[in-house]
Amino acid sequence: MLQFNDITLPCPEGLTLAALLEAQEVDANQIATAVNGEFVPRALRAQTWLAAGDTVLTFQAIVGG
Amino acid sequence: MSTQTSTWSPYGTELTSRFLLGTAGYPSPQVLAHSIAASGTQIVTVGLKRTLAAGGDNGFVEIVRTAMQEHGAHLLPNTAGCRTAREAITLAHMARELYGTPWIKLEVVGDEHTLQPDPWGTVDAAAQLTRDGFAVFPYCTDDLVTCQRLLDVGCEVLMPWGAPIGSGQGLINPFALRTLRARLPGVPLIVDAGIGAPSHAAAAMELGFDAVLLNSAVAQAVDPVRMARGFGLAIQAGRAAYEAGVMAPQDMAVASTPVSGHPFLIN
Repeated sequence: MLQFNDITLPCPEGLTLAALLEAQEVDANQIATAVNGEFVPRALRAQTWLAAGDTVLTFQAIVGG
Repeated sequence: MSTQTSTWSPYGTELTSRFLLGTAGYPSPQVLAHSIAASGTQIVTVGLKRTLAAGGDNGFVEIVRTAMQEHGAHLLPNTAGCRTAREAITLAHMARELYGTPWIKLEVVGDEHTLQPDPWGTVDAAAQLTRDGFAVFPYCTDDLVTCQRLLDVGCEVLMPWGAPIGSGQGLINPFALRTLRARLPGVPLIVDAGIGAPSHAAAAMELGFDAVLLNSAVAQAVDPVRMARGFGLAIQAGRAAYEAGVMAPQDMAVASTPVSGHPFLIN
């Protein structure tokens, strides 16, 4: 299992970050990603393999001060 | 005599507006859009948040992007909510990817009660982000030595607080702000946070600060659009006064009308 934002999901072998985002129907261009607290640039998502126990967080643009 | 609007150039970007406006807490996207227009700002701050299953932003971000395109202004993403240098560095990289700008308003909070910036974490993060190619706008206190260390690690702009974020107290330590201005001539200085009224913003500008950044004072006004315009005028007035040279205060009265002695007393 892995943690994806506030939900827990299965983590099949060979799962990449790009594939996870696609499976979750996330608009990949509208978010930034971090795996276990480390930023993963858009260009590296397809080469970032996930493992059981990983925490994947996505961030989106919001207003701010 | 000069009646021209002076410019300033954070990280080499020439700007005429000295008003940086935050985009959070407005009653509606439309009020935000009109406030941006009324302020005349050329820099607006934005943020990032973790995506959760529920909840969107109700179109606020799109309003900001549209307003920026219409006004040709710049986005300044922040690292709000970060408590460590590592968190801030990570969030800054995400912001650069999402917003497509190397500008980052660096915030590393060191105290939960006052939201006072952590000077060590801020300097550490600024050093790394500068190496990573960012143009860092560090939110810091008015401590002179901290500001000097931020310059040492590559910051070209400083953003000392006027008072704690959202407090609306104005300039709680004018001595420290005057000292910063005197000791750091030529460095773009922006008073960030704590401004509650246009008179506070004017006072900061009269001290010689290059710009003012605020959010709550406009967003929480009864009429944010009118308040945005009021702040814009106050900031212009304060800058004009600084450039014109404010008269030195006197302890005693000095008559301004050029009469000759007592008008009805003949010696």
